[in-house]
Amino acid sequence: MAEITYREAVIQAMSEEMRRDDAVFLIGEDVGPSGGIFKCSEGLFDEFGAARVIDAPISEAGYIGLSVGAAVTGMRPIAELMFGDFSLLTMDQIVNQAAKIRYMTGGQCRVPLTIRTTMGAGRSSAAQHSQSLHALFAHIPGLKVALPSCPRDAKGLLKTAIRDDNPVLVFEGKMMYNDKGPVPEEEYTIPFGVAEVKRAGDDCTIIAVSSMVGLALEAAQTLSREDEISVEVVDPRTLVPLDEETLVESVRKTGYALIVDEASLRYGVTGELAALVTEAAFDYLDAPVKRIGAANVPIPFSPTLEGAAIPHSETIVDAVRALRGKIRR
Amino acid sequence: MAKKVTARRAKPVAKKKVTAALPEGASKRKTKPPRAKTAARRSGKAPRAKTAAKSNGLDADMLWSMYRKMVQIRKFEEHVWDVYIRGLMPGLAHLYIGEEAVAVGACAALREDDYITSTHRGHGHCLAKGARLDRMMAEIMGKEAGYCRGKGGSMHIADMSLGNLGANGIVGGGFGVATGAALSAKMRGTDQVSLCFFGDGAANQGILLETGNMAAIWNLPVIYVCENNQYGEHTPSDKVTGSERIVDRAEAMGLAGVRVEGADVMEVYEVVAAAVSRARRGDGATFVEMMTYRFRGHHVGDAATYRTAKELKWWMENRDPINLLGERMIKHGIADRSRLERVDEQVEEEVVEAVEFARNAPLPPAEQAREDVYA
Repeated sequence: MAEITYREAVIQAMSEEMRRDDAVFLIGEDVGPSGGIFKCSEGLFDEFGAARVIDAPISEAGYIGLSVGAAVTGMRPIAELMFGDFSLLTMDQIVNQAAKIRYMTGGQCRVPLTIRTTMGAGRSSAAQHSQSLHALFAHIPGLKVALPSCPRDAKGLLKTAIRDDNPVLVFEGKMMYNDKGPVPEEEYTIPFGVAEVKRAGDDCTIIAVSSMVGLALEAAQTLSREDEISVEVVDPRTLVPLDEETLVESVRKTGYALIVDEASLRYGVTGELAALVTEAAFDYLDAPVKRIGAANVPIPFSPTLEGAAIPHSETIVDAVRALRGKIRR
Repeated sequence: MAKKVTARRAKPVAKKKVTAALPEGASKRKTKPPRAKTAARRSGKAPRAKTAAKSNGLDADMLWSMYRKMVQIRKFEEHVWDVYIRGLMPGLAHLYIGEEAVAVGACAALREDDYITSTHRGHGHCLAKGARLDRMMAEIMGKEAGYCRGKGGSMHIADMSLGNLGANGIVGGGFGVATGAALSAKMRGTDQVSLCFFGDGAANQGILLETGNMAAIWNLPVIYVCENNQYGEHTPSDKVTGSERIVDRAEAMGLAGVRVEGADVMEVYEVVAAAVSRARRGDGATFVEMMTYRFRGHHVGDAATYRTAKELKWWMENRDPINLLGERMIKHGIADRSRLERVDEQVEEEVVEAVEFARNAPLPPAEQAREDVYA
């Protein structure tokens, strides 16, 4: 397996799918010759040209709307929203149009639309360039939501998204673009709705998404080394569809569950997953399910403030210790 | 600051031009009769309507077909009203009565494989694009035999096989889909065009600027048809619209623009046909403002107290698109009254049959609520 970055994985997924299918095209702000603000479309313009790598005006609602229209009439757009925060400008197009046009018309059309966007704080980008908004979309029937946590998943899930006949939002963790990881050299995709046990363990389950998976793995090492707690880290990889079985199985095995997401805690993914495992594994739980998320504040700018608002691996370590009764909180 | 205020105040003065055709005592703004062709201002490379068909070179078959289609829409809507009042349909119904010439003239300029997007007031667009009366009525009554198997209802009728990408319950919701379909046609190398129906209300949604701008920069084969029926729900359009003429916004977006008398089905047809051939040639998008008027309230049950009886009467007497075309056909020796009446009677029977079909059609089984969410 080759070691490539998360960014390279994204680019490979798009270029392979664009080679494979003429209907696939990329549209977004600065995705053309400049290669994108996160350099996630580098080389695509040179290979596929202006007709298939389209620099859009700064009109997020407009070009997501165009992508919906293109998707229902035979194309397979990949629309890039530079920052997840900008998805809020496109809510009517994604929620009222893309998610509903198939259903409202009694199944008359398919909407093979992939929306790539980013999530996560950590760059001192402040409140309008740091949000993690995946839960908003996971809430909407008709949409699928993928959250790759490593280069292999970034490529495999994105390829699946592009081939999917439904609107899919792929949230890329912007702090992971430079992270390297093993990626198969042969052609592969990763199916939606299949969670991955990123690390096997017996004493506590951590369900984590996106960049929180990396923090959870780090925490698991610490807990193994310092506390002899064997942690299992499970990554759902897609929130919709959700592999409930794998999550529940893990919690039944370990009897303890901690759920970690970078988004604001309230009304989010952690609440949904906590309800799921509590309902399905209540009799197996030895402690109430715990959750970690960002503080319920807009993401602040200054590094000390930003750091105080988002989860860290130490936060996870402490939470597992508390769960296992090692420390009192 | 002071200068800005002056500039804003100056605008309404220009609006006070009123023509003699106004009904006495009626609001000047609303009853200004739609401008005649001579007044239609064209900006940019707006398509020029051919004048041949306006003289004796009228195509009789086409006029009959447009007459019949307009009557079909009128009678369909009258029956929707009836069905609604009798409690035979759930939800809301926004009737198109009075605006028939816009849908019929515009869709007559399209091919079957061209696209349209429609609005909450969309029954006319769907029928004009070729939808069947019975499946339309079945959908409106929430029946499984309806176009959307009962999942959409009055506001969401679509027939993708006829290029009807669907009516939209969001005002301005069609801009993205229609413009995207045009982008898709261009990318796929077809010569299909896409036509977006929207109202004067939707003209104030920001996404019009976004999509219209993209249509301009990428020269997309799209025709924006603004049905200016002069009221956005209950609010007079000019109370909430900064420019006197909505079509003036076209130039700002880099689009060709033209304003049309929307009650004249031939003029609608000719202008849209010119815009369509322009789009098909690859010469880009056109924005057409159709001056029109709805004879009923915003929806069935709206008493429309926000406008005067006199204003309504003026429009019904002077700008009924079906009467205008009928009289013209008689004048040119294409039709006589009895033949026109026969068409009315035939269409009435067809619509009654459609209502019967829909009434007798079964409701969808409850478990279908969970189908069609994902492909």
